[in-house]
Amino acid sequence: MRTPLGRVRGLGSAKEGTGHFWHQRLTGAALAVLAILFVFLVIVLAGKPYPEVVAALANPFVALLMILMIGTGVWHMKLGMQIIIEDYLHGGLKIVALVANMFFAVAVGVATILAFLKISFGG
Amino acid sequence: MSNAEAKKSRPLSPHLQVYRWPITMTVSILQRVTGGALYFGTLLLAWWAIAAAAGPGPFSYVSWVFGSWIGLLVLFGYTWALMQHLLGGIRHFVWDFGAGFSKSSRDNLSWANIIGSAVLTILIWVVALAIR
Repeated sequence: MRTPLGRVRGLGSAKEGTGHFWHQRLTGAALAVLAILFVFLVIVLAGKPYPEVVAALANPFVALLMILMIGTGVWHMKLGMQIIIEDYLHGGLKIVALVANMFFAVAVGVATILAFLKISFGG
Repeated sequence: MSNAEAKKSRPLSPHLQVYRWPITMTVSILQRVTGGALYFGTLLLAWWAIAAAAGPGPFSYVSWVFGSWIGLLVLFGYTWALMQHLLGGIRHFVWDFGAGFSKSSRDNLSWANIIGSAVLTILIWVVALAIR
């Protein structure tokens, strides 16, 4: 049971309150850890032959790291690019850019996750 | 006084060029620029992953591109952008908690961001090339 005032308090005109800001921080904190692990992985795999790279990426812990990183990463970058678009573009162009931003983030995220799943399941 | 002259002689609000350039401004701009670069740089990660999933042929092609001098240059820039943005994010976390807002702390955090990202980038490449 919430009063109408309680429901809208702190949400502002966009009706989502500090959601954007908070998700940017949350994904940023997760990425700080995931990106460092990713850099270690790349250092280890740099210049290695194909079978070794695929075997490493098929390891469940490595696959989990990569999928978490790309999922969190595209979310974080979608939020960040949204701010840049809202700062510099206006009117119809802004709407088009915001939609393109969403499509780009989801397409890159899903395609890359699919690639890691394919490697994981040996396909 | 004509209308045009009156407009000309009105005081203007100070803009960017009248201030001494603070280092906090540099790291703020770098945070946005590196964020934008990493946005499109994700395509490199996607390309690498998709090539690895596609098979040895596509993977060796991607490895060849990344191993070329221009590929290495782009990856070096990617590494720096990632480190600069990562440390910049930590700098923002410090400020989000309301700490480090004194004049000297602001400047120190900003310089630590710039110097730290350069040092980490070089360190990563030295280690990566050494164990290769």
